[in-house]
Amino acid sequence: MKAGLFDKTKYCIAGDRGLLAEYGEGIDQDVNRKVRTMAKSMKENRPKGVVEIIPTYRSLLVVYIPGLTNPYILENFMGQLEERIQGESIPPSKIIEIQVCYGKEYGPDIENVARTNNITIDDVIKIHSESEYLIYMVGFTPGFPFLGGLSEKLFTPRLETPRLKVPKGSVGIANNQTGVYPIESPGGWQLIGKTPLNLFDPDRSNPLLYQAGDKIKFTPITEREFEEISKKETL
Amino acid sequence: MESLRVLSPGGYTTVQDMGRIGYQEMGIPVTGVLDKFAPVFANLLVGNPENHAVLEITVIGPVLEVLSPIDVAVTGANIGITVNDRPMLEWQSIRLEKGDILSIQQVKQGCRAYLAVNGGIDVPKVMGSYSTYTGGRLGGFLGRILEKGDVLKSKDAKLLDKLRLVPEKMIPDYLSDKIIRAIPGPQDIFFDKGLELFFKSKFLVTPKANRMGYRLQGPCIEIRKGMPKSIVSESSMPGSVQIPADGQPIILLVEQTVGGYMKIATIISSDIPKVAQSIPGDTLRFEKIDLKTAHLLCNEQQNKIEQIKKLFD
Repeated sequence: MKAGLFDKTKYCIAGDRGLLAEYGEGIDQDVNRKVRTMAKSMKENRPKGVVEIIPTYRSLLVVYIPGLTNPYILENFMGQLEERIQGESIPPSKIIEIQVCYGKEYGPDIENVARTNNITIDDVIKIHSESEYLIYMVGFTPGFPFLGGLSEKLFTPRLETPRLKVPKGSVGIANNQTGVYPIESPGGWQLIGKTPLNLFDPDRSNPLLYQAGDKIKFTPITEREFEEISKKETL
Repeated sequence: MESLRVLSPGGYTTVQDMGRIGYQEMGIPVTGVLDKFAPVFANLLVGNPENHAVLEITVIGPVLEVLSPIDVAVTGANIGITVNDRPMLEWQSIRLEKGDILSIQQVKQGCRAYLAVNGGIDVPKVMGSYSTYTGGRLGGFLGRILEKGDVLKSKDAKLLDKLRLVPEKMIPDYLSDKIIRAIPGPQDIFFDKGLELFFKSKFLVTPKANRMGYRLQGPCIEIRKGMPKSIVSESSMPGSVQIPADGQPIILLVEQTVGGYMKIATIISSDIPKVAQSIPGDTLRFEKIDLKTAHLLCNEQQNKIEQIKKLFD
């Protein structure tokens, strides 16, 4: 199937509380932008009975309370909204800077990544930190960003045996993807560094430092800077 | 007010409410009670609003020391309870005094029991909910399952004037062979014969069954020839039935936000309690229904709750 926008949005019934709207095929910036534009407009004009509006790569899941609304009303509403937002642009991506201490105990697999791609550790750091990565969606664990745009010079398969505990803040690579673990969790990604930032904090008024549609830029820092930022973050 | 001390935590006991709604786009699953029906009755039995925080008890119950006079009620799975070694009944209110030992035993039928305390379990609200999400270590009691020595608080509330009980005819049965109603989709077009097979076969609940999902075992549900084996990751709903490459269904539940396999069908919300009350070794069969019928059934379930509310008024 070819990546790209559908001519006509596909609506699917997702049980008795969900309506799934699919805007296109594959992992594609245009499709994802449309999903996010629709999510934003839906939130600004939230229809009665809607409790969650969840954007992902290429679709939008709308969760509703039966009795207050139904998929036919919602589909109609979303169809009209889609026409209204034609050509409307969403605010440009915010760039979120995430400081990363690369290598050593912070990124124990950085040598693997260098060796797999026949480059030096310094090359890994340089290549990984020079791109801006679009957040297509957030999910799987709290705050986990699914990023696009990893250079193919860094593609590295997952670890053969996943770690039971990946430390919070770890930055990793798995095949053609890169990402950062906002909380400690199990995982099979090759770890190349770690950020001292608290990306996710449920007690903060804004629990997560970024949202789908923002871009992440990783900035290399020294061990000393890591310690200094860590101290400030735990205050 | 301190109301219960955990002498023994049981199998997997957590504080839950009706869920953490509105944060899935940050990767925060809804969590909350897995069976959304039984705990409503537990709350109403002790004079609480239906969505107060309760304990969700899995298979083996906790032993609790009572620290203040309270009313409690246990509903859900048939689990057996004693107070100071004297057997007590579920689905009715129980007055407890300081020093009493409330012992919740082991499920005989069903999988999850719910304990409500008058006033509701008092834990800090995190992102709008009291629910525990152990995977993210947030909400509930310190974001984790209960441990020996924990002291639970409850909010101050009036004790009941008289005993309350749920009439027997309104108590659900927790049979081990269940018919679960589901609506095909959202990715039913990936299946042809597989969809037919799904709706006419029996599936066994495997030991890999928890609040994140239930893995089932049955005939291999094949994907239609020429169709891809996975999709680009997207949101899931509690009740989504995923078919991974091996053809063995997985029911996704309240601790899951996204998935990359096709969802052949979605269990209706009023039948998720039946899944929540299944244990490894039980059999499930799926029955296809349409959306309109599903919405009528939601309404019917809500009516039962309203009926009980009236009874206790």
